[in-house]
Order: sequence, then structure tokens, then C-alpha cells
Amino acid sequence: MSRVRTSQTHRDKARAAAEKPAALGKDIDLASYSGSADEPAYQADPARLPAPAKEQMLGAGVMLDDVSQRSGTYIQMDNTPVHSSVREEGVEVMPVSQALEKYDWLADYWWRAVAVDTDKYTANVELGQYDGYFIRALPGQKTVFPVQACLYMSQARIRQNVHNIIIAEEGSELHIITGCTAASGKEPGLHMGVSEFYVKKGAKVTFTMIHSWNPEVAVRPRTATVVEEDGLFLSNYVLMKPVHSLQMYPSARCVGKRATVRYNSILVAAAGSSLDVGARVLLEAEGARTEIISRAITTGGDIVARGYIEGSAPEVKGHLECRGLILQGGGMIHAIPELKGNLAGIDLSHEAAVGKIAEEEVEYLMSRGLTRTEATATIVRGFIRVDIEGLPSMLSAELERAVEASEKDVM
Amino acid sequence: MLEIKHLAVAVGGKEILHDVNLKIGVGETHVLFGPNGSGKTTLLAAIMGFPKYQVTAGSISFHGKAITRLSLDERARLGIGMSFQRPPVVRGVKTRDMVTACLRKRGDGELIEKLAEKTDLADFLDREINYGFSGGEIKRSEMMQLLAQKPELALLDEPESGVDLENIALIGELINELLEKECPIVDRKCMGLIITHTGHILDYVDARTGYVMCQGRIGCEGDPHEILKSIKQKGYEECTKCLVRRFH
Repeated sequence: MSRVRTSQTHRDKARAAAEKPAALGKDIDLASYSGSADEPAYQADPARLPAPAKEQMLGAGVMLDDVSQRSGTYIQMDNTPVHSSVREEGVEVMPVSQALEKYDWLADYWWRAVAVDTDKYTANVELGQYDGYFIRALPGQKTVFPVQACLYMSQARIRQNVHNIIIAEEGSELHIITGCTAASGKEPGLHMGVSEFYVKKGAKVTFTMIHSWNPEVAVRPRTATVVEEDGLFLSNYVLMKPVHSLQMYPSARCVGKRATVRYNSILVAAAGSSLDVGARVLLEAEGARTEIISRAITTGGDIVARGYIEGSAPEVKGHLECRGLILQGGGMIHAIPELKGNLAGIDLSHEAAVGKIAEEEVEYLMSRGLTRTEATATIVRGFIRVDIEGLPSMLSAELERAVEASEKDVM
Repeated sequence: MLEIKHLAVAVGGKEILHDVNLKIGVGETHVLFGPNGSGKTTLLAAIMGFPKYQVTAGSISFHGKAITRLSLDERARLGIGMSFQRPPVVRGVKTRDMVTACLRKRGDGELIEKLAEKTDLADFLDREINYGFSGGEIKRSEMMQLLAQKPELALLDEPESGVDLENIALIGELINELLEKECPIVDRKCMGLIITHTGHILDYVDARTGYVMCQGRIGCEGDPHEILKSIKQKGYEECTKCLVRRFH
């Protein structure tokens, strides 16, 4: 197992925060999970990974039998990287431990976007550091196909610590699909994933993350992004399968002029699932833009859907849209959209709506000959189908497939 | 054939329609005039089968089959279709999805494109249904869906309201196509019942029979153009007075 060696300062800060509860979400007892795990062997050909694991990964959008439509692949099982490869020039994909060995300068990016002492989860990722992925698009390089990454939990009661660094150098274009999933069944586990994104001047990153856990897994991602001048960061998040507890509040800072960030989330909470999910964007440079859109459906679980936009530079613009649907089965949706303006001339807005499907809409579709069930399914499908501006058509199709694959669980 | 006998309809426990009788033969188009609030839309909604509109007496039969107890979607699949005056916005559901639903696997993407072209809505197929549509766009979208649905009884609720002159002509054309006006009368299969407050639609669509509805009752029946002429001369007030004399 390759452990990342980082600075003493980070480790001191982490030790001080090792017991610090998170600002949001249910507190997780880290001692209930084990940090060590069997180490699976490295696999040069990802198609030769065990079939049940591949099937689970496919459900999270990660295709291993045919990687011709991928510019690179990274697979981590529990805390061990088991495969990393690159198929397209101009992009680097490797375990972050290897990248830190290769590039001295990478230490400057380590815990720069996310503070190591944010809470006990970030602190314990540092203290129990194992690995994660490093994905980098070289200057001016525009990848055609996405890089795929999978963080897979195979063992019961495992604590998966992940620290990822993603860098899109100036003028580059990078698409990433990350699928996070656990072995089928109901084994408990804890996933703690730190991801730090750096989108440099004029670069574009689309990041599509599909979570497909099980009803006993607790998930605490900690993600932050820094976007420079004319950079674009587009994040799509899909969670349609049950999970025990998920809390994440990724944030992005637009530090360069005209930097743009878009977050789209599709959340489904089955009975027993507790989700506290949001996105936070700080518009710190002139002309920066953001749009945060979330669609939340509960079929019995609880969802807190958050959003926060802060404008503190001239001519910035942000919009927050949070819509929730409570289907039969009950559940709770709490939408918390927040806007903060620190300057005259900024333009921030939000809309939020939580409710059931309007009977008038169901009847409208029934008057065209659809049964009540078909009409309801059509409306739910439309609700979770978000047209994502700027997403390449191939990724749109993949996202649509991932949503469709889980639709039957929602209906 | 559509046959309505002694129909009474209540909404929220209050009777809105009283003893309505009406018969439309195969291939015929009838027009229902009436002031706002007279019960015209209630009649269409009751024929279509919206649950809110409770039939408290009488019967509705379609091609000889009693449909009063059939659900809304069953009636739609039997061949009854309705264009709404103010259809709801359904966020996330695209116009294309609605047309696809109406086709019920009878056509493909190419047919949808053709219908959109015909109704001047090619740019609207991938927009959310009725979201931000103008009055004319809503009416054309409703007609596009009905043309896809191909009903044998088309219930048209104020197809000309809120529509400019240019759009009325197009909507008239689309209604004529839906009601197979290009065919000889004996060959027409589709029946039409058109609600109109102003009667403007009669400049574009011919109809065989007209009715006036006031206070939830059908007051008179006759040549639609003559009825319209009378309404224009004397207004609906005279129709209401006439009904009061006859029924109270």
C-alpha cells in the first residue's frame, strides 16, 4: 500500500482537528470502521477485474470492458489503486501518491482548495492517507473522451480515505466521469473523499459524478474548486440509489475574471436515506457567473438541499434553482437557498419549490391517453432530466443512461 | 356518435350543468356558444371525464357505449380528445414527449417533425410543454397534440381565444384537418364540439349545429351562423332572459 507523505504542518493541523465534528450532517463514529484492508493486486487490463465489481462499477457509469471511449481510467478498490492508464495524449492519470513522487510542485496544490482541518473527515483523510487519483490536462490540450475514475468499496466496515487532485492547465479541456460504488449487499462502510480541482485560465472541466452506494454506507465527500480567468467548471452529480447518510457541500471560488461555475444535482432519497447536499459558489472576480440547479425527489428519505452564492465583485451573476418533489411514501425535503451580496451592481437570484406532483398535470397527460402510472412516470422523468448546458453530447447521453437505469427504483 | 341525455354535473358538490341533452353524429361539427361562466368548459370536461366534474344524473354514450363511468384516460384511448383553453405547464416534460404520448406508438420521430412543421412549432419540440408559450403557441401546441392523437371526438375549448388574426387562420386550418373537412361528409369519422365565446372561429371552420348555453343549460339549438348573428345583435343577456322565461 502506498502512503502519501505530506508535510508536517498538514499533519499537525489534521491532528488538531481529528475529533472536530462537521458543521453539517450526522456525526459518524470513525472508530466503527476499519482503515486497513486487504490489498488487491494491480490489474493492467481493467477488463480482468472481478465480474461482480465490474457490474457494480458499470451501474455508476464506469465501463471497463471497452475503454475505447475513455481518454484514461483510474480504479481504486478500498484504499488501493488497482489500475490507472491513459489512452489519449495531453492528459495524465495516475495515483496521487505517484504524482507527488513525480512532481515536487504538486505539494503546492495539496490542501490548498480544501482546508485540512475543515472537520474530522478531512483531518482523518490526511492522517490515514492512502491514495486517490491525480488527473491533469496539459496546457492547451483538449481531451475528446472523458477520463473515468472509480472509487470502489469492496470490504465490510471499511473506511475508504481518498484524496484526489485534478488540474486543468491553461487553455485545456478535461472531462471526467467518476463512479463511486460499493460491493452489492448491505455491508456498512464509510467513504471519505477529498477532491481539489484547479481550473486554470481559459480551461474547461466537466465533472460528472455518479454515486451508487448501498443503504448502510455513510459518505462524506469534501470537494473544492478554484476557477481562474475565463475558466469553466461544470459539475454534475447523480445519486439515485439508497445510501445511509450522505453529507456534502462542495464549494467553488471564481477567482478570475469571467470564471464560470455550474452545479447540477439529481438526488433521490429512498426510505432510510438521509441526504444533506448542496453547492456553494463564491463569485470573487469581475464578471464571474454561476448557476446551481438541484432536483430532489424523496420516496421516503430525508433531503436537505442547500445552495449558497456570494457575490463580491462587480458584474457578477448567479442563479440558484432548487426544486423538490415528494412522492408517495412520504419523506422530507428542506430547501435552503442562500444568497449574499457584498457589492452594488451584482445580480443574484433564486427559486425554490417543494411539493407533490400537481394533479392537474397528471390529468393533462392522462387526457392524451396515458394511464395514471404512465403520466406520473413521465412527469418524474421530466423532473430529473436536467438539460445541462455545455455538457458534450456523449456525456449527456451517458448521464441520461445512468438516470434511466435507476428510474425504475424511483417509480 | 356522441349522445348526452339529461346530464347533470356538479363541481365540489355544487351542480353546474342541469339536464343537458345533445347529440353529435359521426363526422359532424357542432358549436357551443355561451357567456363566460355559463358551464361550457364544464360540459367538455365532463365528457372528457375529469374526476373533478361529477356526473350526478343522466348519461354520456360514445358510439353506443356508456362512458359515464370510464376514467379520463380510458376515454382518451377510446378516441376522445380535448384541446385545453389554459393547459398547465409541466416542467421537465417536453412538447415532444406530449406528442409522443398522443401518438401511442402510431408514429415515429419523422411524423413528430412533420406535425411540428405543420403547426409552426418546430422550435418548440424540445421546450418544456407550455412553459413561456404565447396564447397562439399554446393553441397550436394543443392542435399538434390532437392531430397526433387522431381522436374520433375532438372537444375544442375556445380555440381562438387569446390568438392574433394570423394565428386564427392557421388554427382554423388545423381544426379543419382534424375534423376531416376536406372529405365528403359521409366519409368523415371525426366529430367536433367547439366552444366559442365570440364565434370568430366560424369564419374559418364550418359547423352543422349550434347551441347556446346559459346558466348550465342548453337554451337553444339551430344553425350556428343564425345563432351567432342573433347573439351579435342582442348579446348573451337576451339568451339568459329567454332561458329564465323557459325554465323558471
